[in-house]
Amino acid sequence: MKYMFLIYDEEKNQNNGAPAVMEEYGAFSQLANEKGVIRDGNRLHATDAATTVRVRNGATQTTDGPFAETKEQLGGYFIFECKDLDEALSYAAKVPSAKFGSVEVRPVFEM
Amino acid sequence: MVEPQAAIEHTFREESGRILASLIRACGDFDLAEEAMQDAFAVALDRWPRDGIPDNPGAWITTTARHKAIDRIRRERTLAEKQELIAALDRPEDVSAADLDDEAPMQLIDDRLRLIFTCCHPALAPEAQVALTLRTLGGLTTPEIARAFLVPEPTMAQRLVRVKRKIRDAAIPYTVPAPEDLPARVDAVLAVIYLIFNEGYSASSGDALIRRDLCSEAIRLARLVANLMPDEPEAAGLLALLILQHSRRDARTGPTGELIVLEEQDRTRWHHAEIEEGAAIINEDMTSHGLGPYQQQAAIAAIHAQAPTPDATDWPQIAALYARLAEVQPSPIIELNRAVAIAMADGPLAGLRLIDAIDATGDLADYHLLHAARADLHRRANQPEAASIAYRRALDLCTNEVERTYLQRRLNEVTS
Repeated sequence: MKYMFLIYDEEKNQNNGAPAVMEEYGAFSQLANEKGVIRDGNRLHATDAATTVRVRNGATQTTDGPFAETKEQLGGYFIFECKDLDEALSYAAKVPSAKFGSVEVRPVFEM
Repeated sequence: MVEPQAAIEHTFREESGRILASLIRACGDFDLAEEAMQDAFAVALDRWPRDGIPDNPGAWITTTARHKAIDRIRRERTLAEKQELIAALDRPEDVSAADLDDEAPMQLIDDRLRLIFTCCHPALAPEAQVALTLRTLGGLTTPEIARAFLVPEPTMAQRLVRVKRKIRDAAIPYTVPAPEDLPARVDAVLAVIYLIFNEGYSASSGDALIRRDLCSEAIRLARLVANLMPDEPEAAGLLALLILQHSRRDARTGPTGELIVLEEQDRTRWHHAEIEEGAAIINEDMTSHGLGPYQQQAAIAAIHAQAPTPDATDWPQIAALYARLAEVQPSPIIELNRAVAIAMADGPLAGLRLIDAIDATGDLADYHLLHAARADLHRRANQPEAASIAYRRALDLCTNEVERTYLQRRLNEVTS
């Protein structure tokens, strides 16, 4: 089963990219790599770099900014391959941002 | 001679949880397992009246359901899915008729334990955990669960569809949790059972009979979990607590459904065999372990249940148990209970001082039972004016009709 971890956090935390947090992410990625469960993962630029696109009645509407203005924003993601939800949740709890933000775990639709 | 219809109903009631658990483990799919089990019971309705009741009805249903599951897979699934699922259902070390003798084999016990951890998984919404546990392990029908929780049947059906879909799509496993997760997960299971019990115990609206069924069902589940996890003292503690609370069911309401408080109950109407059973479980535990919250509450319930008269209740011991309970599970409601116990042990004024202190924190300002307790202590202290103010405040906050009737009666007494 593939699971996507969507990492939400207040942007001020995401922007400063504190070295201590970066180091924790390095250690987390290394652990997940050793266990062979990580498939992909990236940090995203802040929402001031975001552009939202909608097509309505054939016309493309482009707006500056994220899909929704909320206090916590999507700041990054991982794709994990785990045997079940319990294994996925055990890794999600180890994502460094889980301590101050939140990690939404979503199963990936198997085509 | 047992009627086939009665035998089928009995098998469904007593064994469907176990049969379903083994089918779910074998095919990993709630819906397929439920459909196959229903098919098997339908076949029984047709065959048992003609061929006689099989020696082991549960084993017969399980074997038939496995064949029905394989039939359904052959009809409905793609080739790749088919091979995998049929292999799982045909595996010889899985349930076969021979395994299902009277002494429940470990394999089957594990199936139900696995299933209850799945049903009470923290990734599921609490109301969904409750509904699914009653549906799969309790063998209640969707309309029965809907009635018990006073929600429309389609709402409950939808809730069950959604929760089963989430289990499948998010791959919530059928396993007993890893040792490091076990304490928290056991707590979640016990909380679901306690919730089911309380829904039956404290509700006054709806069909009274169905509500009592919920209490019995919760006790059945608590007994199952306590048997499956003999090393979890809190599982035994919860079982003892529920048995003791339920033993007073016939004395708790009067002929017109009115509330009868503990001290006014006719103690001959308590179920004394049940009290003995509950007290025995808790006494056994008290000697061997440090007490968890359910065990402490059970110990308190046992003291109440074993007192021959209200005056003979060991109130100092109850107050001491509440004090210990507040240490492991700090809560203003437990403090309130302790205040009442102290009032009974040392007089109403001692209790009123504690209630004032709780009220000063503001946590229970809108909790009608705080004001009802205060009113009661003023009444006992022969302070009718203060009592009537507090009864009025409690009446303003209380929404339960049965409790309101009781409070109104007390208010009339102190103002007349």
